[in-house]
Amino acid sequence: MATLSVPATPTATAGLRNDLIAAAVIAALGAIGWFVFPDDLAFLIRVIGLAFLVISLDLVTGFCGVATLGHAALFGVAAYAAGNACLAGVTDPILMLLIGAVAGAATGLMSGVLVTRFRGLPQLVLSIAFGQLVAALANKLSSITGGSDGLAGISPGPVFGIFNFDMFGRTGYVFSVVVLLITMVLLLRFARSPFALMCRAIKDDTLRTRMIGVSVYPRLVVMYCVAGVVAGIGGALTAINTGVVGLDSVSFERSAEALIMLILGGAGNLWGALIGAILFELFHHYVSAASPFHWMILIGVLLIVVVLFFPKGLVNEVTRRIGDFRQARAAR
Amino acid sequence: MRTILGILPDALAYGMVLFTISIGLSIMMGLMRVVNLAHGAFAMIGGYLASFALVSLGVSYPIAILIAVIGAVIISVPFEFLLYRRIYRRSDELTQILLTIGITFFIVGIANYIFGPTSKPIPLPEALRGPFDLGFRMIPAHRLFVIGCGVVTAVALWLMIEKTEFGVRLRAAVDNGDMAEALGIRTQIVYSATFALAVGLAAFGGVVGAELLPVEPFYALRYMVTFLVVVSVGGAGSVTGAMAASLLLGLADTTGKYLAPEFGEFFFYVAVIVIVYIFPHGLFGKAH
Repeated sequence: MATLSVPATPTATAGLRNDLIAAAVIAALGAIGWFVFPDDLAFLIRVIGLAFLVISLDLVTGFCGVATLGHAALFGVAAYAAGNACLAGVTDPILMLLIGAVAGAATGLMSGVLVTRFRGLPQLVLSIAFGQLVAALANKLSSITGGSDGLAGISPGPVFGIFNFDMFGRTGYVFSVVVLLITMVLLLRFARSPFALMCRAIKDDTLRTRMIGVSVYPRLVVMYCVAGVVAGIGGALTAINTGVVGLDSVSFERSAEALIMLILGGAGNLWGALIGAILFELFHHYVSAASPFHWMILIGVLLIVVVLFFPKGLVNEVTRRIGDFRQARAAR
Repeated sequence: MRTILGILPDALAYGMVLFTISIGLSIMMGLMRVVNLAHGAFAMIGGYLASFALVSLGVSYPIAILIAVIGAVIISVPFEFLLYRRIYRRSDELTQILLTIGITFFIVGIANYIFGPTSKPIPLPEALRGPFDLGFRMIPAHRLFVIGCGVVTAVALWLMIEKTEFGVRLRAAVDNGDMAEALGIRTQIVYSATFALAVGLAAFGGVVGAELLPVEPFYALRYMVTFLVVVSVGGAGSVTGAMAASLLLGLADTTGKYLAPEFGEFFFYVAVIVIVYIFPHGLFGKAH
């Protein structure tokens, strides 16, 4: 499990090995999902779409320490962009993903310029305001977004012109897992890059990084753009798979949920974001069947418990325990 | 002109409701530095209790307000004791946000489990139902009552903060908690009292403002960020700031909804972005 933490001195071979392990882990997770939920692939596709949003949030919250409650804007705008592109005749799924990524990056740029200017409460409120602004626009510009009815009738063409999307979501699922795998491997590389490490330094001590000559603001904005690309891919993927984009994809609830998933899994760790999204959605899947209010009581308690007792998130807590255990064994 | 006169009473009443509910949060954030997203949940508890008292117990309106305020404060004690104490002044915003969102979910779930998932009526007494003749035009008596409540709250708070012993301790703790502690002010007691005050004001605002912000199952979530935004725009810990922000945002929101209803909260949030970007610590706030 050594791959779960950032190595102190990444080397080329260790990097390659880590990439392979990461790819294998995601492929294995994908296969498990395929065999455990063969009749519910739509649910898994939803989870993967959200995982992109949570991973994207991790890039700004976990790496840069930006507290945001408006991150769904990046996801939703990209979903609308991809959906509109498809309705306008660009039905190739890969192209739709690209359009989503570009739209996400543009939204990330705007959001980043606004949000990362300040720290603390003003930052939080600006992020909320940006998210709500996008939500209000999505509701108003019904010629582009379909308003409260949502954007429907998105029917993407086959992947590479060969694999058609079927009603059981088999193609969609494999396609999503592959996109997740590629994105995750690239992001794990990115997370070891000097740029990302510098962002971590900014999170740990903004003043000190500024004193050693780092220009903080541009870096945070760039990171926001990268996060926008990731969220945008997730949004486009969701539009491709479900064929509809609704107002919920830009809602405040979506942003808050993503933050909860991230903290549940563990911020500052891309695996934490992924696992958090999966755990939260599974929890939701099984508990919310009872009643929405029982679900809220339970998620409230879960959130309080995690914040108080596992403030670093479940994944980081588990890796820490394993690390302690190994050290204890090595000392013996 | 007619439109302006139509908008103004509504904007003023809405602003006063925002003020009455948010001022508690503002004092709390100025003092304890807690981003308390559960503040709306305590207003909701007040609304539910008042509705229960009015509809099921059949008590009069003033008694119902009293029950709501005292009941909400009592209910909030275990939350303060077990959870909020851990996050005063310490911990980053992220922890506070998540903990208080968790508390909000918990309260919403429990409230709906006990009282059922329907919106709660808070019937007004006879005196507040009809219109009130101002001489040159009629406005609903309830709006006038709400505006009056806001003014009274503001004046009472101002007197309390400026003129009483508790106010002195409160101001000292807001300005410099460690120094206040060193001078023998028991800050923990000030914190607890402030928390109770904040919850009481939230519950009061929740009941009085029920005509404008109806009490319904997702009340706490629907207005979760609204109150936070008001505090942020005004500047945490400032009564004047909270008043200015409430009136300003009340005006922006009401005007927007009158003139361009299809835009929803668009103008409200445009105003927020502009103000927060220019005044990051709020209109009347101080950097901490």
